Amino acid sequence: MNLNETEKNLLKEIADISGIPEGAYNIRSNGKSVGRRSGKNIDIVPKEDVSGLDIFIKPDTKGESVHIPVVMTQSGLKEEVYNDFHIGENAQVEIVAGCGIDNCGCDDSQHDGIHRFFVGRNASVKYVEKHYGSGAGAGKRILNPITQVYMEENSYAEMEMVQIKGVDDTTRTTEAELKAGAKLVVRERLMTHNDQTAVSIYTVELNGTDSCADVVSRAVAADNSYQKFDAKIVGNAPCKGHTECDSIIMDNGKILAVPCLEANDVDASLVHEAAIGKIAGEQIIKLMTLGLTEEEAEEQIINGFLR
Amino acid sequence: MLRINNLSFSVDSEGQEKEIVKNINLEIPKGRLFVITGPNGGGKSTLAKLIAGIEKPTGGQIIFNGTDITEKSITERAKLGIGFAFQQPVRFKGIQVADLIRLATGKNLSFSDICDYLSLVGLCAKEYVNREVNASLSGGELKRIEIATVLARKSLLTVFDEPEAGIDLWSFNNLIDVFQRQREEIKDRSILIISHQERILNIADEIIILKNGVVENQGTKEVIFPKLADTSSSVKGCRGILKGADCK
Repeated sequence: MNLNETEKNLLKEIADISGIPEGAYNIRSNGKSVGRRSGKNIDIVPKEDVSGLDIFIKPDTKGESVHIPVVMTQSGLKEEVYNDFHIGENAQVEIVAGCGIDNCGCDDSQHDGIHRFFVGRNASVKYVEKHYGSGAGAGKRILNPITQVYMEENSYAEMEMVQIKGVDDTTRTTEAELKAGAKLVVRERLMTHNDQTAVSIYTVELNGTDSCADVVSRAVAADNSYQKFDAKIVGNAPCKGHTECDSIIMDNGKILAVPCLEANDVDASLVHEAAIGKIAGEQIIKLMTLGLTEEEAEEQIINGFLR
Repeated sequence: MLRINNLSFSVDSEGQEKEIVKNINLEIPKGRLFVITGPNGGGKSTLAKLIAGIEKPTGGQIIFNGTDITEKSITERAKLGIGFAFQQPVRFKGIQVADLIRLATGKNLSFSDICDYLSLVGLCAKEYVNREVNASLSGGELKRIEIATVLARKSLLTVFDEPEAGIDLWSFNNLIDVFQRQREEIKDRSILIISHQERILNIADEIIILKNGVVENQGTKEVIFPKLADTSSSVKGCRGILKGADCK
């Protein structure tokens, strides 16, 4: 696998990979697969009609992982990639995705990843997605992921979605449909700087008895950046849903939180919470009494908040 | 170690200047445990915050180890060796107990080092090291973590602002043990505790009664307890101590 230093740095940032990852993987660089390996119980098959992959995780697979990171260093490249994850019944798997764009040119670079998860009965998946941008070019780094999750009975999905630095523009759309006993846990962390914008939209439909969703976003908007968090949980059965947006604004940052609940069953129990504010002064003072400067204290508070 | 000269602090209250601390003069030598007590609203916590730099005085001087720190920031004072334990410990989302103790010491401490600091306040490290310092912790737990954090700094002068506030009896008994151990190991360092609790007053080298922003009395417990017995704040406990009982 031939990667230059910039690509290696991007891989390190988004997937904590410093060589060939363990287990099944596909590494995509500037629109092409530069390395791929299927696993014992995991098949990675390129799609024929569109750019992307079908990833088949066999039923009863235990303890295996898939890495499918994407790096882009070619300024002006725009791509749509369709990846489908077919997770067999009773399987337990960890999927690490993510995209890093380094743009040193004048043209916008854009990666739109459309990921669909078909989570089989009693299967369990942990999905980690990190988005990162770097490069000093005037061209933007744009990422518009669409994530669709279809959960069968008693399945479990935990999704950790992180964007901390360098992405100029993003619209993140996540949709999920849950059958009886299925549980979805989402932990999103977003930080925007400069003039960046980030819109994060969730629609979770709890369709089965005892289905459950917990969607929590922690967001920091600094400088002149803007974020919108728009989360809707629909309870169509006896179910439990919770959505929370906890945000810090700094400088001239702006955040719009739109939590939304829709209960269509008398036994649906849905809760939303949203809080936006600057860093509490007492937190800064406490860390200053430990010898940190005001700037160091802010950094520690943000790092902890977005951990 | 610490000298306070004519220290004053006023606030604007409905268009009128209200003096919270009035021309206080005070000296805390090294190797001593001082306790400031007195009625609520007497200026005790304000004085503690003035020493730590959280509030800025409207008059007077604070000299620490020969350096005038009156204009110095909280950070500068912390670096010079002033520690401060908050009456209401601050909660953080995401910051863990281990992070706070590492920040306090400025070192990348091992699990076993952190364990030592948590043991000082009777907490089992395994259960707390990776806990977030957030609302999931009880008042007593937060207070003990706050104290562990401050002790970890090994400051030359540590100021505790009402360490007994908001904690359960079991935690309070632990707290007394902590202060007694500190008292024995104090050597070149000093401790200043703001407290209403007779059991804390009982281990002080010297007690200061602060009332209406002025030092009303100062001396050893033998001198001060009889005067305190007539005030509302410590009346019950101090009468107990004067009779030789150990109030619990």
